[in-house]
Amino acid sequence: MNSRLKVPMLRQGLIRQLLSPDLLAPVLVGILMLGAWELGVRISGIPPYLLPGPILVWQTLIKDWGELFPSLLITVQITIVAFIAAVVSGLLVAILFAQSKWIERSFFPYAVILQTTPIVAIAPLIIIWVRQAVPGESSTFVSLVICAWLVAFFPILSNTILGLNSADHSLLNLFQLYRSSRWQTLIYLRLPSALPYFLGGLRISGGLALIGAVVAEFVAGTGGTQSGIAYQILISSFNLQIPRMFAALLMTTVLGVAIFAGLTLLSDTLLRNWHESAVKQEN
Amino acid sequence: MGDLGGGSGRYFIATPLSYFWYPIGFTLPSIMSNPAITLSHISKVYANGTIALTDFNLDIGEGQFISLVGPSGCGKSTVLRMIAGLGKMSAGSIDWKLEPRKLAFVFQEAALMPWATVQDNVRLPLKLAGVSKRAASSVVAEAIALVGLQGFEGAYPRELSGGMKMRVSIARALVTQPEILLMDEPFGALDEMTRSQLNSDVLDLWLHKRWTVVFVTHNIYEAVYLSNRVIVMASRPGRVIADVAIAAPYPRTADFRSSDLYNTYCQKISHALAHVPPAAANL
Repeated sequence: MNSRLKVPMLRQGLIRQLLSPDLLAPVLVGILMLGAWELGVRISGIPPYLLPGPILVWQTLIKDWGELFPSLLITVQITIVAFIAAVVSGLLVAILFAQSKWIERSFFPYAVILQTTPIVAIAPLIIIWVRQAVPGESSTFVSLVICAWLVAFFPILSNTILGLNSADHSLLNLFQLYRSSRWQTLIYLRLPSALPYFLGGLRISGGLALIGAVVAEFVAGTGGTQSGIAYQILISSFNLQIPRMFAALLMTTVLGVAIFAGLTLLSDTLLRNWHESAVKQEN
Repeated sequence: MGDLGGGSGRYFIATPLSYFWYPIGFTLPSIMSNPAITLSHISKVYANGTIALTDFNLDIGEGQFISLVGPSGCGKSTVLRMIAGLGKMSAGSIDWKLEPRKLAFVFQEAALMPWATVQDNVRLPLKLAGVSKRAASSVVAEAIALVGLQGFEGAYPRELSGGMKMRVSIARALVTQPEILLMDEPFGALDEMTRSQLNSDVLDLWLHKRWTVVFVTHNIYEAVYLSNRVIVMASRPGRVIADVAIAAPYPRTADFRSSDLYNTYCQKISHALAHVPPAAANL
């Protein structure tokens, strides 16, 4: 009954969303900014190696696509592997922590230390260590994944712990009353309660995994077949190919936005039926 | 969708239920019945030093509808929680004549899982007991029908009104075929219309199912209308100050609410609440 009601509403909503001020206003601002930028660059005569206009950036992007896109794919790979590792490990460690206050008390501070240590500072160390353990071509890839994982892990862990602990008190009592096992309470109550928090952590971590990958690539600074988009940015800046640098930057930003949008969509889909954050209500 | 919540009372018509009490006839469930549960000298002191309950004694007769009435902080909810085995007693004992202890608890708030449909919420106790979905389906359907929620099996809690959520909560309590029903201010948050409708529905169910009910409320009128015995309690420390038998026959109709007998009982109880004797000196 409800799905039948929802379908036409959703379709209508999509058109309205595309024409809504929420989307139109920022797009308009973006176009105006780009126009002003292009105009400013042309009038003032700033050389392209200091500040290229958006049209030149776009042309460079198309011209260098063949080199930039494979690099982006390398970064995407690092990001995805690190993100999946962060999701799985964050979730499992959170479940482990939720089993006992003592485990959480003993280990949580170290998780915080892991998070607060600047990734730039420990990336060289990780690269050296991984090179000892994993020789050869895949060494850089593995160390970059570890760096990105380190950054992306914590938001998932802390959010999921919060979620697991925020199950409704009456429902916890009810489960106790019906002699629910620890396992049943986890599967049927704590994990679903944690889902909105977990998904919130996912959205933060998705972006952080990309940032971690890019930062680690900067530190690693290696070329060759395994070089990611950050390496292209770095090399472009060394060679004063500023339009190319902008093009690579643009690709990274679009990737970050795409990750966020994808995870938001996932979150809204999973929570659509029940959670306030995903429920659209008219007032 | 928003309309679903409109008037819960309208969706629940008392007539389908009323046939249950015709075969029973106008029997008066006996007030002096075999004790099902005996609570002796129960005290409860919380960790912060609050004395929730002191030397509480109560014989709960089989088939009785007992209401606990009193101001907030008198320990009436604590009594329920002790009977349900949620939390430890500081002193005293509970003696069960009925084994196994088939009890169900209805909380103040509906305590539904927001991510689950009405059907899945109602099925929860059976699921925790390891009953398969197929085996549970007829019991679940029957319970949903008994509370008048046919057609809402697939709805999510957020699509329901407060009264309907309480009905789901009651249906969930029904599926395990309990013999003792504990209700902790279940209708406290509802409007007067919905409350009185649910009151008469609960009475119908009680006459049909022959449960033993312990009902906590701060509403004197509700207590008198429903119960054949009202325990009046006072706070600081929580204790019993009066035990009033309501000698009015069932089924109780709307006429009972305007009868002299009803008013006499209400006045008697509010008089008891207004003239609280001092607590025993040794406290």
